[in-house]
Amino acid sequence: MASEGTYYVPEQSKLPILASLGLFLTVFGAASWLNGNDSGPTVFFCGGVLFAYVLWVWFSTVISENMAGLNDAQLKRSYVWGMGWFIFSEVMFFAAFFGALWYVRNLALPWLGGEGDGAATNEFLWKGFENTWPLMTTPDMAVNGDAARVTGPEQSMSFSQVDSIWTWLPFWNTVILLTSSVTVHFAHTALKNAKRSAFNSWLGLTVLLGIIFLVLQVWEYIHAYNDLGLTLQSGIYGTTFFMLTGFHGAHVTLGTFMLLVMFLRSVLKGHFKHDDCFGFESASWYWHFVDVVWVGLFIFIYILG
Amino acid sequence: MAHGPATGLSRWMFTTNHKDIGTMYLWFSFAMFLLGGVFALVIRAELFEPGLQIVEPNFFNQMTTMHGLIMVFGAVMPAFVGLANWMIPMMIGAPDMALPRMNNWSFWILPFAFAMLTATLFMEGGAPNFGWTFYAPLSTTYAPPSVTFFIFAVHIMGASSIMGSINIIATILNMRAPGMTLMKMPLFVWTWLITAYLLIAVMPVLAGVVTMMLMDIHFGTSFFDAAGGGDPVLFQHIFWFFGHPEVYIMILPAFGVVSAIIPTFARKPLFGYASMVYATASIAFLSFIVWAHHMFTVGMPLAGELFFMYATMLIAVPTGVKVFNWVTTMFKGAMTFETPMLFSIAFVILFTIGGFSGLMLAIAPADFQYHDTYFVVAHFHYVLVPGAIFSITAAVYYWLPKWCGNMYNETMGKTHFWLAFLGLNLTFFPMHFVGLAGMPRRIPDYSLQFADFNMIASCGAFLFGAAQILFLFNVIATIRGGKKATAEVWENPEGLEWTVASPAPYHTFSVPPDVK
Repeated sequence: MASEGTYYVPEQSKLPILASLGLFLTVFGAASWLNGNDSGPTVFFCGGVLFAYVLWVWFSTVISENMAGLNDAQLKRSYVWGMGWFIFSEVMFFAAFFGALWYVRNLALPWLGGEGDGAATNEFLWKGFENTWPLMTTPDMAVNGDAARVTGPEQSMSFSQVDSIWTWLPFWNTVILLTSSVTVHFAHTALKNAKRSAFNSWLGLTVLLGIIFLVLQVWEYIHAYNDLGLTLQSGIYGTTFFMLTGFHGAHVTLGTFMLLVMFLRSVLKGHFKHDDCFGFESASWYWHFVDVVWVGLFIFIYILG
Repeated sequence: MAHGPATGLSRWMFTTNHKDIGTMYLWFSFAMFLLGGVFALVIRAELFEPGLQIVEPNFFNQMTTMHGLIMVFGAVMPAFVGLANWMIPMMIGAPDMALPRMNNWSFWILPFAFAMLTATLFMEGGAPNFGWTFYAPLSTTYAPPSVTFFIFAVHIMGASSIMGSINIIATILNMRAPGMTLMKMPLFVWTWLITAYLLIAVMPVLAGVVTMMLMDIHFGTSFFDAAGGGDPVLFQHIFWFFGHPEVYIMILPAFGVVSAIIPTFARKPLFGYASMVYATASIAFLSFIVWAHHMFTVGMPLAGELFFMYATMLIAVPTGVKVFNWVTTMFKGAMTFETPMLFSIAFVILFTIGGFSGLMLAIAPADFQYHDTYFVVAHFHYVLVPGAIFSITAAVYYWLPKWCGNMYNETMGKTHFWLAFLGLNLTFFPMHFVGLAGMPRRIPDYSLQFADFNMIASCGAFLFGAAQILFLFNVIATIRGGKKATAEVWENPEGLEWTVASPAPYHTFSVPPDVK
């Protein structure tokens, strides 16, 4: 327990309202942009820059407060709770998309194909549609043939489509990401034992693995668009494939960036002590979280895809 | 810790103080309550008589949509967060909220989000017109262009809610004074802890579903498009997976408020404290497995209909425990009927009516008759108006002397209560009848046989609206002056907040109190 009356309540701060302004301009600009308003991109980028700048100052402030010894053990626990429940909220965000995938594969498509209560739906609306997964022939194609508005992909990313696991990119991406979870753990252990250079090496290696993963993911997307006819618009298969892997990729990008910042803080500024390294620890928790999400994707999008 | 309130506008814009932030949340909520109320009055004015006389049908739809969105996300939720900000640190003996700057950020997102949402009224094609539940494809294929702004507004108000609830969880779990064990916490704190978990679990799901809408609208995905293998019903499932816990997000803190007020004015400790805690947790758990009772008529397999019907009925058990406990708390109590108590008793009675009509709606085969009629409107307004709104009003009267150090005008408070009570029953009770007789919701015109009841409802709505002006006047008068309140304010109320002076000092419990 902290000694009495030491919980640090910061003084007035301009950061929150400026962060709100930055966030607002970013989303307002994004919405205007999507709606075809010419000023949209400018507002979006200005808002984004303001938002990023405010966050930069905010994090710097928090770090320097901690280094000045203002944060007692109780306040540090508040940060732990904060990060933990933030990650849980991210879990629920992914749950919505995994849930959508589950619903489409197990309920919506069978019904469209005429199973159970869907007999009339199939007969009168989507005659000739058959439920398959990966969904290559959309209901639209089944009914309208070449005139279909929503067409399926030419090929899928499913494991059933590949000859050997050793040449299969998602497998190697899984190896890379799982390895990176181990390396970030080694970095943590090294830090706990106050071995600075080992910490830096393991953390640097983790960041490198994260970047390799992202490069491979981009490569896979290019391959999908150029060679497999698989795009975001390829019916529900393309939708779920790109939305799930895409949001995961966005989270890996954020996680890699967080770990890179921690790496630079350690290398350039000598931040983090063996008993005071919450910034790094929270980034590593986030990293483990995106790793677990990937395992879910690997199973449900690729292996069982 | 010595920093006191700054002067001028900067005090509010840059504050890190839980009381300032709570005050801003409450005023913001009241402003949204009036705005959403005006939209409601546009609806009721149009429905005063059959036929189309005041607004175009499309604008009528915008009004029903904006009324719902503003009341749910702008009025009720921020009001409870405001109460949480003001009261939780004082109730658990904490110096402030756990993460004070993030606290202010949670608040300041809201004015921007609602400015953007309200601005859609002036955009080309008008505001969202697809109902507050924004079902696809109404909200995707057939939506006005302003839907994009609506989506991003929901995103950032969701971010605000998530940060707010993280703050509340961290505060409750980490900032309690020594000796304040979990089972000694006031029920308001308990209900908010559980509500915060609900928020963290479902606001990301809401963010997910509006993201899917955004992708369907602008990037050609097929989430809610059967032509590509998606399903518009999928939208409803995801939305209501958020939406049903959301209903409890708006009512659990109300349970906490009423559980604080009734013991004070019955002069008896709350009956069945532990069972109240467990009942709240049970309701929260059940809220995750009942969502499809909003969609009985959408075409679900029989097994689904049955599961969601029985699961929904189960909620009546813990809710019954609560109502029983409130009534038993009052039983043989030395009761007095100050304004907060009047609102709380009305809460117990009228919320129970709303609960019973909910039970009727839970019966799947019967729901086929009630679905999308005014009976549903009557039901959820009975749980939200005398439920959420009355409890917020009761909380304001109950804690206002603590906040500003002055007693409110009791006569004016009671007048406010009786006008509001009369107004709301006149508005919503007849809706049961027209609903059962088949009047559909969200339609600007109706057949002649519904005319009398609708006229009564419209009169009641304007009365209810007018009563709120009295409330505003009373609150402002109390802030500006009035009889000085004592530290205790009421007769032997329970809780740490009554151990500090009235008005509560800018910083309370910088040194944690000893809790026996």
